[in-house]
Amino acid sequence: MVTYVLRRLAGAAAVLWAAFTVSFLILYLLPSDPVAIMLDQGAGGERVDPARAAELRERYGFDQGPVRQYVTLLGRTLTGDLGTSISSGAPVTGLIADAFPETAKLAGLALLLALAAGVGIATLAYWTRAAWLRDLLLALPPLGVAVPGFWVGLVLLHLFSFTWFLFPAVGNEGFASLVLPAVTLAIGLAAVIAQVLSQGLREAWRAPYVETAFAKGSSRARVLGAHVLRNGSLPTVAVLGVLVGNLLGGTVVVETVFSRQGFGRLVENAVTTQDIPVVQGLVVVAAAVFVLTSLLVDLAHPLLDPRVLRGGHGGSGTGGGAR
Amino acid sequence: MTLTRTVTARTRAGTAAPDRATEDAAGEPAAPGGLLRVRGLRVAYGDREVVHGVDLDVRPGEVVALVGESGSGKSTTAHALIGLLPDGGRVTSGEVALGVEPLTGLLPDAWRRVRGVRVGLVPQDPGTALDPVMRVGDQVAEALVVHGTPRRAARERAVEILREVGLDHPGERARQYPHQLSGGMRQRVLVGIAMACEPELVIADEPTSALDVTVQRRVLDLLADLAGRAGTAVLLITHDLAVAADRADRVVVLKDGVVVEEGPAGRVLGAPEHPYTRELVAAVPGTNTVPSAAVPAGPAATTSEPAAPSTALNVPPQPVLLAAHALVKEFRLGRRERLRAVDDVSFTVPRGSTFALVGESGSGKSTTARLVLGLDRPSAGVVELDGAPVGGDLATRRRTQLVHQDPYSSLDPRFTVAAVVEEPLRAHRVGTRAERADRVAQLLEQVHLSPDLARRRPAELSGGQRQRVAIARALALDPELLVLDEPTSALDVSVQARVLALLARLRAERGLTYLFISHDLAVVRQVADHVGVMRNGQLVETGPVGSVFDHPAHPYTAELLAAIPGARTRRHPDRKDLT
Repeated sequence: MVTYVLRRLAGAAAVLWAAFTVSFLILYLLPSDPVAIMLDQGAGGERVDPARAAELRERYGFDQGPVRQYVTLLGRTLTGDLGTSISSGAPVTGLIADAFPETAKLAGLALLLALAAGVGIATLAYWTRAAWLRDLLLALPPLGVAVPGFWVGLVLLHLFSFTWFLFPAVGNEGFASLVLPAVTLAIGLAAVIAQVLSQGLREAWRAPYVETAFAKGSSRARVLGAHVLRNGSLPTVAVLGVLVGNLLGGTVVVETVFSRQGFGRLVENAVTTQDIPVVQGLVVVAAAVFVLTSLLVDLAHPLLDPRVLRGGHGGSGTGGGAR
Repeated sequence: MTLTRTVTARTRAGTAAPDRATEDAAGEPAAPGGLLRVRGLRVAYGDREVVHGVDLDVRPGEVVALVGESGSGKSTTAHALIGLLPDGGRVTSGEVALGVEPLTGLLPDAWRRVRGVRVGLVPQDPGTALDPVMRVGDQVAEALVVHGTPRRAARERAVEILREVGLDHPGERARQYPHQLSGGMRQRVLVGIAMACEPELVIADEPTSALDVTVQRRVLDLLADLAGRAGTAVLLITHDLAVAADRADRVVVLKDGVVVEEGPAGRVLGAPEHPYTRELVAAVPGTNTVPSAAVPAGPAATTSEPAAPSTALNVPPQPVLLAAHALVKEFRLGRRERLRAVDDVSFTVPRGSTFALVGESGSGKSTTARLVLGLDRPSAGVVELDGAPVGGDLATRRRTQLVHQDPYSSLDPRFTVAAVVEEPLRAHRVGTRAERADRVAQLLEQVHLSPDLARRRPAELSGGQRQRVAIARALALDPELLVLDEPTSALDVSVQARVLALLARLRAERGLTYLFISHDLAVVRQVADHVGVMRNGQLVETGPVGSVFDHPAHPYTAELLAAIPGARTRRHPDRKDLT
């Protein structure tokens, strides 16, 4: 178990480092000159002052070689300093710290809604004996995956904000403003969860141990609760880490549609203004969120499935005994 | 409710046997007082009926074997009895009664009071029949909890049951998960689950077909012992006539969803009346020595002819084709742990003979085969073909070919039969397209496949046909050595007999040499000239088949031989040694 945890932790650190390095390579070694872009924005098309350009280059460390820049930046990042924004001059850590709670609220609510809906749909579909209800429920996830999130957002806005005036259309104030964006974000996620879970439940229902359980005299409810759900949910738990990571990406669209402040908007702004330190900081933070959720999932997995802890070479070692 | 305490109407099977033998002699299934009574059972999947009016009786405490090949409807019948047909399957007519209670048309709640309590099930594959994420003890306890035993008491009783089914350290085993147990141990757990409530009837659906022969024997002994003590009747579903002969009081033979013959085990298997039963009995390797099996012993006769000269004294010994010198193969398990799958194995195979490697799963016989084929490199030692060391090169591949165990997965499902057989020719760039097509036609003819199968895909063929395709593919390059890795273990017994006869003929005609890997000693005795017995990676005994089988020098060989089912019919057709 200890080796398993250590291995997962080392893996997480490696992924973080790789995310940082790849984003550095792409952003800093591109042929474009960040300082020129920066000055272009400020000066609005006037001639670039070479002295000012040189000064900026020095301030941001662009005059150094790439290896030197990389090492400096990595060192700074490790101490929690992500640099300063080129466009606003504010520290990147501060910008992210301001935006993150809003997005966390949104993503958290969306995840809760998605889990409730996804698990509900899949479980009900395999609980009911009515074939028509099962078919109906199982038709929902593909539909949910197929409709684009921004379109759902616009429809929700049109109905709930502009027709029935139930929820505010924009802004970050209060729980009411959270509902529509969270629902928009949750639909796609719920669909994926329902899809993967119902697939898992379908497989589990067919497994021979289900027959064994019925042959013991177990009721349908017991077979579902004690055997099918637990085995059938394993694939869902495995993809949950990735799904939560994707949720962060989904916020970019949703926060734009609903004009909410948050992580997604920060990403959008930083990319359009080519604010390289902010982009780099966001990549690192997003990677950290991704890695953290995956780590949690990995650590939870052996609690649900004891076979995970078995080494790569199974079977041969488990024989012996009664033979 | 302890298994050990209860000694009911039916006493120990051993003492009960003579009575039952006389009953059997009467031949008439007792209608009143019967435990399970099935009349005119018909089962269909969708519109396709697979069981056409089966009658079946099981008396209290009796062991009845329902025997048939794949597709005979035996498993469907068994599942219909306890209302656990797979999706789409339903009983269309007929009646099933347990004692006086009808078992047809029960509602879910009524079924719950039958399953587990009155009828237990021992499922087929211990590898998948236990919930992988639930502790073994809890799975046993569940069988009691669902019928009202308080959880704590059920847990304690579960440990007791694990002890009764012969697990060491039952307290610790109860807290383990199925993957931490061997196949034999898992099947013991499943027997424990089936017997937990001491049902009146246990349906055992091929309970040991996934197990090694020595494990099989112990599990069947256990089942017979527990059932005997609790007075439980057993309906044993099996494709294995030898197992049926050893274990059953009565045998019911099923073919294509119809009962073709039934009666006392000794009579049905010793003097079968129906042509199909005769065919089945004749096809079982090893049972063809029974004098009453009045059927030409086809495969045995054909194989013993070419086998005889190589062991006879007046024929000069053939030169050695294949030689293995001190082969070792190690696999890394973890950082420090290593598994010695093959440990100092040496043998030689004269040209034109058959050398069989026998052993149970994990004994290293398949790894040895891979080394011989050059598919794996030995950690130490050398394989020689005609005196030259074998490498993984094309030249070696050409001279040694493999017939794989499972014809259901060894043929690419997207290839046509012709493409499968042609592939080795293409890989070695043999001939033009037209020449290769001719060669494929020839090969199919040699393995007795009709030429119009050439354009079909493997999924359209039966298991026996597929294995013939695999043999044709192996012969495509005119190899000298064929490695046959359990070539018939996935096949029904009558199909097995035909494939073995084909292999014997091909060997005689083409002067082939066989390395025959098998866990089935009865088959080995029939086809091989020399045999090597493997255990834990080591070759514990080698020698001519006759002397190894008749006078085993190593205790493990003796144990393996004793575990071969069918001893009852082979030696004393009337003896009943159930426990």
